[in-house]
Amino acid sequence: MSLLLACFGCGLMFGAGLLISGMTQPEKVQGFLDAFGAWDATLAFVMAGAVAVAATGFALARRRGAPVFASSNLWPARSDIDMPLVAGAVLFGLGWGLVGICPGPALVNLAGLSLPIVVFVVAMALGMIGFGLLPTRSASSGTANPAVASRADG
Amino acid sequence: MHNLTALSGLLGGALIGLATAGLMLLTGRIAGVSGIFGGLLAWQPGDRAWRLAFVAGLMAAPLIASLAGAPLPRPAMSANLALIAVGGLLVGFGSRMGSGCTSGHGICGFARLSVRSIAVTLIFMGTAIVTVAVVRHGFGS
Repeated sequence: MSLLLACFGCGLMFGAGLLISGMTQPEKVQGFLDAFGAWDATLAFVMAGAVAVAATGFALARRRGAPVFASSNLWPARSDIDMPLVAGAVLFGLGWGLVGICPGPALVNLAGLSLPIVVFVVAMALGMIGFGLLPTRSASSGTANPAVASRADG
Repeated sequence: MHNLTALSGLLGGALIGLATAGLMLLTGRIAGVSGIFGGLLAWQPGDRAWRLAFVAGLMAAPLIASLAGAPLPRPAMSANLALIAVGGLLVGFGSRMGSGCTSGHGICGFARLSVRSIAVTLIFMGTAIVTVAVVRHGFGS
């Protein structure tokens, strides 16, 4: 129960951060990506703030060794850079650039139930399910427990 | 440089970082939204509850803000629903194929100094910059 409450609380804080930073607004995101137009640097400040605090917390987590409400820290295990990774990043970047929305802001915005967001989230879910249905699940050689640790980095 | 909102960006970013740090310190999980949400849609059952709790938290943020008087988020987006659907498909498929998105690779990956995640972030950011350049400025890239 405490584990679920912690996850809910962290999701809530994450969502609040996205709202306060303006990153739920596609025009702020596309304003950053528009390097040849009226450039809006806000996203860089969001990343800087987030990475600085997260890195501090991660250093603390490494020193503690184990989390409070679970048995171990599930750090992403892979360090290789293969073709699916690169191709996935390119496809993701295409979609992100086209619409200015990525998964976190999409789910926060879903609460407003505007038609474009609903369309985006349904399509995003279908894209995720579609990838899961592909016969070869990339080059993951299952060392971690798939029921606990996702092979993904995020 | 237009429309820069540096202070709210830094503050909101710090909150995102705190949530990311908190999820690792409390539960040992990486705060990667595409991985958390994608895992909800995957076949293997067993670890859905924590994912659902995190996603519920994300969606509760604007709902709680609306209780305090803030409007629910209805972002200004293209009226072209087909374009939005294509974008959503690409974001969903690409984030799973590439093992993460802006949060998992961008924030957590940089915070872990993971070369793999930093490479992915530079690739998707570069692709997105070229995409916006082409869409907004023709062959501006």
